[in-house]
Amino acid sequence: MRSKTQSPNERRTPLTLKAAAAMGLLFLHFPLAIIILYAFTTEEASFRFPPPGLTTEWVGVLFSRSDFWNAFGLSLQVAVVATLMALVLGTLTAAAIYRSAFFGREAVSLLVLLPIALPGIVTGIALRSAISLGDFSFGYWTIVVGHATFCIVTVYNNVVARLRRTAHSQIEASMDLGASTFQTFRYIVLPNIATALLAGGMLAFALSFDEVIVTTFTAGQQETLPIWIFSQLVRPRNRPVTNVAALFVIMVTFIPIILAHRMTSDTATH
Amino acid sequence: MTRPLRHGEPSLIRRISTYFYQRPRLSLLVMLSPPMLWLGVVYLGSLLALLIQSFFSIDGFTGQVVRQFTLKTYEQLFTPANTDIIVRTVLMALAVTVVSAIIAFPLAYFIAHYASKRTRGILYLAVLLPLWSSYLVRVYTWKIILAQEGIITWFFNVLGLKPLLDSILNIPVIGGPSLSFSFLGMFIVFVYIWLPYMILPIITALERVPQSLIDASSDLGARSGYTFRKVIFPLAFPGLVAGSIFTFSLTLGDYIIPNVIGNSSYFIGAAVLAQQGTAGNIPLAAAFTMVPIVIMGAYLLLARRLGAFDAL
Repeated sequence: MRSKTQSPNERRTPLTLKAAAAMGLLFLHFPLAIIILYAFTTEEASFRFPPPGLTTEWVGVLFSRSDFWNAFGLSLQVAVVATLMALVLGTLTAAAIYRSAFFGREAVSLLVLLPIALPGIVTGIALRSAISLGDFSFGYWTIVVGHATFCIVTVYNNVVARLRRTAHSQIEASMDLGASTFQTFRYIVLPNIATALLAGGMLAFALSFDEVIVTTFTAGQQETLPIWIFSQLVRPRNRPVTNVAALFVIMVTFIPIILAHRMTSDTATH
Repeated sequence: MTRPLRHGEPSLIRRISTYFYQRPRLSLLVMLSPPMLWLGVVYLGSLLALLIQSFFSIDGFTGQVVRQFTLKTYEQLFTPANTDIIVRTVLMALAVTVVSAIIAFPLAYFIAHYASKRTRGILYLAVLLPLWSSYLVRVYTWKIILAQEGIITWFFNVLGLKPLLDSILNIPVIGGPSLSFSFLGMFIVFVYIWLPYMILPIITALERVPQSLIDASSDLGARSGYTFRKVIFPLAFPGLVAGSIFTFSLTLGDYIIPNVIGNSSYFIGAAVLAQQGTAGNIPLAAAFTMVPIVIMGAYLLLARRLGAFDAL
């Protein structure tokens, strides 16, 4: 039965490993179950378990609040623009870095990593003092700049890994057959890195959409969704509303991702 | 070229394309300058501005920043009260990193090596899911779990193990009046919040271990435990280091979790925020941020030597 070249799923899983993995998953998802439960509690402010009663009124309360929709809209706009910027900048860096061995290549990859490797509060304060030093006004674009800065790395990592696995001979063949650099990019490189762009873009979007620490320093008076949620949580009135908001965000952002994942998993290079 | 070209000049796009193709250095420069202008000038410039500010000081009477080089602010930084904050934060970050790695590795190993292709996709998304649920809502949900009248207390009561919980809470330093007001509770929340950042790079690193190496190892007579220790783990280690960059750094700078859970003793992030905001002491805030910058700088150099950058 058991041949020497077992495929992964044929291998017997040690019981302790199974148990440890299951515990890890439980730890990751148990609090999410609590978020769902407390989106429907009848109590507004306390931390009591079990909840005294269940209700669906918070869904209506959330959807009728214009401050929620404003914050949601702003976060969406910020995340989309920051992700697009990160896609362009991250891909450019990856394309420049992956083959050439120029001096400072290591420095470039370190520089890309730095905004996410340094704590958010450092990035936040640094950008804030630079923005006020340069006399720019805080608002939409300062938020986008902050987010794009730490989103570049997710795109860069995914694209550089993919490019390293892409045969360079394809690109040379395309050029030899008379395609211009732009045509080669459009018809050879882009299809190759498409799923890497999607994966990197997804992570960048998620990072931006949920970021609160850097945003606190760069937002000025603007309220992104996490800042709105924070304002709701520190003044605990209608606290279940924030749980509904979190679930709503999962539904409108994570479900498209699952669909995208299913679409790309057929073409992925595994 | 097999295809006959049209007469006359090649198109503008083609001429641009050829021009750059013949000058790889120039194309490198053109491609790199937008991201480097962004990161090298805007971002590093901001960090540099911060560094400069840390050498200014604040006038005790007026509360104004004195723009003159001084080491006074650093003297202030290394007073016992502040070094306590630094040591406490670093110890917490270390503990969080080690325990995250211990929890993450079996899960990542299972996903990368034992799950079927279909299950692997689902589990991968399952690890990502918490990252898509609001960080703040997750932190506050832990308050429901850890609070005095919360789920853990309820659970221990149902099992009749309340004395056990009380004796855990009575442990000096890490204990407290309830889990949500103790270092232990804060530690659990830190591990929970940053765990996916540890799992994902380990999965990536494990997936890159060639099956042929594992087969070769077992062909040569190694038992599975030996193969794991000598082949799989060393090859996956850079992924673990890559993950640790995130868990360590994120713990080092977070100010929200210590604010919501714990006994309200200061951590670096909260101290920076207090100096920057309420105290209005920008030089000291800047000096405080130099601590995580220096620590992370050293950490990144070490991580690079351990091969973590290729495993991200």
